Amino acid sequence: MSEAQAERERLRRARGRTIRRVTESLAAPTLIIAVLMLWQFSRQLLGLSVFILPTPLEILERIATDYKLLAIHSLVTIVETLAGFVLASVIGVATAFAIFYSRLFERAVYPLLVAMQTVPKVALAPLLVLYLGYDFAPKCFLAFILAYFPIVIATVVGLKALDSTMVNLVRSMGASEWQTFFKLRLPYALPSIFGGLKVGISLAVIGAVIGEYVAAERGLGYLQLQASSQFDTVLSFAALVIISVIGVVTFWALEICEKRVVFQREAAR
Amino acid sequence: MTSANTVSQRSGVEVVIKNVTKIYETRDGNELTALEPVNIEIAAGEFVAIVGPSGCGKSTLLGMVAGILPISSGNINIDGQEVRRPHPKVGVVFQTDLLLYWRTVVDNILLPIEIKGRQRSAHLSRVDDLLSQVGLAGFGKKFPSELSGGMRQRVAICRALVQEPGLLLMDEPFGALDALTREQMIVDLQTMWQRLNNTVIFITHSIEEAVFLADRVLVMSPRPGRIDLDLRIDLDRPRTWKNRAEPKFFDFMVQIRQIFETRGVLTKD
Repeated sequence: MSEAQAERERLRRARGRTIRRVTESLAAPTLIIAVLMLWQFSRQLLGLSVFILPTPLEILERIATDYKLLAIHSLVTIVETLAGFVLASVIGVATAFAIFYSRLFERAVYPLLVAMQTVPKVALAPLLVLYLGYDFAPKCFLAFILAYFPIVIATVVGLKALDSTMVNLVRSMGASEWQTFFKLRLPYALPSIFGGLKVGISLAVIGAVIGEYVAAERGLGYLQLQASSQFDTVLSFAALVIISVIGVVTFWALEICEKRVVFQREAAR
Repeated sequence: MTSANTVSQRSGVEVVIKNVTKIYETRDGNELTALEPVNIEIAAGEFVAIVGPSGCGKSTLLGMVAGILPISSGNINIDGQEVRRPHPKVGVVFQTDLLLYWRTVVDNILLPIEIKGRQRSAHLSRVDDLLSQVGLAGFGKKFPSELSGGMRQRVAICRALVQEPGLLLMDEPFGALDALTREQMIVDLQTMWQRLNNTVIFITHSIEEAVFLADRVLVMSPRPGRIDLDLRIDLDRPRTWKNRAEPKFFDFMVQIRQIFETRGVLTKD
């Protein structure tokens, strides 16, 4: 092969790589736009009324005009979600540490946790109203209880994944259990803990909204119920969009924290 | 005299292993003797290799010297001090590098310094010195995932040496490396040891590796472990690959091999 040929070949490969990269990064936005456009035009095509299926543009318009109303209710849902999630993170991680360090605690608590997990917790919502009233508490508790279990499990799995020779290594250096925990066990478990937190935050949003469905005077779930009862499908969809946005944004926020706290194996490659 | 002072600081410590046994309790309550009474006296600065088949208890013995496995009976003295917990003058190199993937090379090497609560900054020049000795100058800011297997094990050796241990324990340190890398590591280890002049207990499966490196080779029999042969290797140093062609070198290997033949570990052909 001549040098000119080799040069051409190299350019061709580089071009191929660039094209592939651009296609990959455009794939998701293209799909979303396609789905939205299909939705936008499907109502006219199928001859549906606005009560059945509002278009994306109508929903967007409604969000813009009713932003104050949506913001007030969003704030309620966000506070419920975050309170439940923070509670679930703190108590969940603490439970996991106790399970990891105490065999007795594990034997006693683990079966109970699993049994609790099999109870459809959403079905607890009406009871929670009975015990905790109509206000903030039952929603927060529902968010907590949904997020709690995945956080506990992920943390326990992360802590247990550590190889015992790794522990022997730091012990041979004279490390106390305290040092072993902070220098080795915790950093090693962090990726798994964050996995649990990310599952937990999505579930916490669901918990808060379901709590609002059952009995509430504020919040996006309540707003949705109100809208549906008045056949205001557009507002119901608008609330749904905001709920999704809350879920996505909190998830992203956690991912940003994760990138700051957890060393990415891939980042070094 | 400052020079004499540094030499004494860096030179090895004496190890006395007296009637040490290891008995494990199996699940059904029976006792399993992993190690029959072992007696070894190692002089300060001596390089001792222990050769034996898998499961002969050589790693168990090393774990007890390192203070990470409890001793069933007998006692081990390092530098005149009975081992009850990891001795501060001991560094350990394991079969795998066990580097923490979220720490850079420098931070991995400084781990024992951190655990012992000493000043990191006071040891930075020592880290640089060690890295250049193993041919990794300028690699300090890399992460383990950016290094090859041989380089990672070199970092693990630096980590064991950073605390200037009077006794270096090596548990099949080159067992997981490819043959060519191992060849170079053996030569480099000899160079480093000659400079440091510390005591080394080196565990290996390889007869040739043991004869090449050690002042003394201890041959262990299969379970229950016992020292079958204590062979002094009086070859001049530094040894090179050419020494392997010497009749004396070959003779040592034959003597060790014969032990394994009588024990049925190797056949006569």
